[in-house]
Amino acid sequence: MKYLRFGYVTAPLLGFLWTFVIALTVAITMSFATGSAFRPSGLGALIWGAGLGLACLPGPVWKPIIAAIVVTAAALFGFGPIVIGQGVSGFSSILGAGATAGFAALGLKIILDGVAFGPINRHVSEASLIKFLTGFGYIFFTAIVLIPFYVMVLTSLKNQAELIQNPLDFSVDLSKGWDLFRSYDELFRQFDFGIYLFNSFVISVLTVLITLLFAVPGAYAVARLRFRGRAAFSRSILLIYMVPMIVLALPIYIAFSMAGLRNSLGGIVMIYPVTTIPVALYMLQGYFRGLPAEIEEAGLMDGLSRLRVIWKITLPLSLPAMASVSLYVFMIAWNEFLLAFMLLDDPSKFTLTRGIASLNSSEIPRQHLMAGSVIATVPIMALFLGLERFMTKGLTAGSVKG
Amino acid sequence: MSDLSPPKGTGPLARLEARLAWGLLAPTITAVALVVILPLLAIFWISVKPVSLSDLRAPEVVIREDIRGDTEAVGDAASIRYRLRNSSQDQPIRGVTITDTIPAGLAVSELDPRCTLSDRNLSCDLGDWEGGFRENLMIPVTLEQAYLDNGLRPQDSPAATTGRASSMLTNGTFTLDNFKRVFDGDEFWSVLWVTLFYTVFGTIGALLFGLFAALLLNKSFRGQGILRGLYLFPYVSPVIAVAFAWILLFDPFSGSANALLIQMGVTQEAINFFGQRPLALIMVTLFEIWRYFPLSFLFILARMQSIDTDMYEAADMDGASPFQQFWYLSVPQLLGILSVLFLLRFIWTFNKFDDIFLLTGGNAGTRTLTVNVYEQAFAVSNIGAGAAVAVVIFGCLLAFSFFFFRFISQEEGL
Repeated sequence: MKYLRFGYVTAPLLGFLWTFVIALTVAITMSFATGSAFRPSGLGALIWGAGLGLACLPGPVWKPIIAAIVVTAAALFGFGPIVIGQGVSGFSSILGAGATAGFAALGLKIILDGVAFGPINRHVSEASLIKFLTGFGYIFFTAIVLIPFYVMVLTSLKNQAELIQNPLDFSVDLSKGWDLFRSYDELFRQFDFGIYLFNSFVISVLTVLITLLFAVPGAYAVARLRFRGRAAFSRSILLIYMVPMIVLALPIYIAFSMAGLRNSLGGIVMIYPVTTIPVALYMLQGYFRGLPAEIEEAGLMDGLSRLRVIWKITLPLSLPAMASVSLYVFMIAWNEFLLAFMLLDDPSKFTLTRGIASLNSSEIPRQHLMAGSVIATVPIMALFLGLERFMTKGLTAGSVKG
Repeated sequence: MSDLSPPKGTGPLARLEARLAWGLLAPTITAVALVVILPLLAIFWISVKPVSLSDLRAPEVVIREDIRGDTEAVGDAASIRYRLRNSSQDQPIRGVTITDTIPAGLAVSELDPRCTLSDRNLSCDLGDWEGGFRENLMIPVTLEQAYLDNGLRPQDSPAATTGRASSMLTNGTFTLDNFKRVFDGDEFWSVLWVTLFYTVFGTIGALLFGLFAALLLNKSFRGQGILRGLYLFPYVSPVIAVAFAWILLFDPFSGSANALLIQMGVTQEAINFFGQRPLALIMVTLFEIWRYFPLSFLFILARMQSIDTDMYEAADMDGASPFQQFWYLSVPQLLGILSVLFLLRFIWTFNKFDDIFLLTGGNAGTRTLTVNVYEQAFAVSNIGAGAAVAVVIFGCLLAFSFFFFRFISQEEGL
């Protein structure tokens, strides 16, 4: 590590790494956006990145600017950190080359802030490394999260022929207008996705209501009341919450087959809440414990019964927790796949997840599958982004469930 | 004034409180007992029974009724035909009887010896049927005017049947073949190895990714909220949607990932990411990491934000470098939450079914124990063997929870 603590070592090294990261990012972004051929070059990144690193050491501002312009020109002439393939339009080429050089220089200017050319101390060298890792981390996580969703949305707007022709070309042909949304239109018209959406919504809402109805009194009892076996009870909740669904799904399938409850939404509504009650109970009892008992005792002294204390004091105080739990339970019910898959066979009674599973066949074009996925994802995302505060709290409060 | 010692035992108020508590818990306990405990017991029961998917229905008498012959004019000879069969190929039905009403206008000309007719009610005692038994029972009749007038056909009045059959699920046959099948051969060990690989690397990977993401977002800047929301996307969206998006992205023929890799010169020909032996397992593990790093990230971030910043200032004053601060201050503080998360995620990854089922269906060397339950029970339609695998899973789970509770009792928090 000691040998690295010289500006003339740190700068080219981080310059190379950062330039390569940027070149890779730009290449992937440009490929996914336009379908044209961009690729990073390791050798180019090594040579030009080292140069950029040295130019971006603290000093006059013109040095990095000049360096960036030189790198852009080099990339356009075919030996820069990013290689532009045949037949890429002039605008795309300039954009790609410029973005690579510009972001590389900008990032390096920030990363190498405070790094001298000669020996540097441990603080400065580690700080620059951390800045590099931070930048890399943001790019990396954003990319891995966004790419699948990007592919999902844009595939749903294309048709089969376009998909096979160039799998990288995700550019949207806006001239098609409303025709872009043909897959969605067909899903709602021919595949009853309106009904599935409605089914999923009703089932999720009912699940939330039933779960709260069971879990609120239970959680209150575990949190506040003294009775024998309380500790054992709160442990067994956690234990139950770890029983894998597939183990339960098998006997439930058998029982439902025999009782004729398969293919009925009523059967699903009977099962879903039970899978969420332990989670909800666990989350709520944690919150109830945090509420001051004195307020409730005051209520008791003033002549309220326990049940009225719960209704008039505890519940209003725990509205935020109820919102978190409701959202979380809604999410579980909305996303549930295994039970719906095993218990529902009749296409008129599918939930959304089951409906998407039925689209997974070779006869149905892939953009329909992706359009279905988008239909299932968008409501939960909208709900989640709108109420992110509650959701984050709900997830941390008790969601260790997968 | 002789007795001033504190009261012994539970007083009436305490008893009232306990009664209320159990009352409040009763609905939950009932529901959980019905849907969790009962199925668990059922799994143990089924795992020692030779049950296949077709045995789920008890064998029953299947009957179809129609009229054969001329039915045009009065005096025509026809016959009512009952096509009978045992729905099961190997289970017997004892004491089969059928009863039916013969419509007006059909005069029975000849009666099968096993049947009796009183007024218009036909009843037949057909004795015991072996598995796979089938028979055509013919009742010759002569047409009368009334039949042509009222238009009532024999099949309009459904025939009632009775018969005793024992269901495979409830009878007294037991076997250990299911467990023999499960533990037999190399398959079990390969499944176990796949499960362990998936669980261990999936859990550790998700924790490390989560830690990295939490370190990134543990500072306030513009857009921090948006990024935090964005990084939770994989966890919040339906598994089926993201699994299919991954399949499409990594498709060997028209997948964007392959096109990208070929274009960048990393590979010459398309890679079948979810279809090759070691690669498929790595891919499903990566998917698991991708989908669950947000969860670890949230927990770790919440813990990080509750660490006192004074400590870092003091360390700064003493000249600790950023990496030293991370290693000697943050890591010890995070160790508690990391170990709890590890245990919980370990158990949950072990239990995971949907992800692998959707991505590969358990093919190409990605069959874990949970996928094996489905595979045995529904693909091979041997419910008993599936239940036996489920019992093995449950055993592992009990062992894990034992560790978990020994450990978690020392950790506060969760």
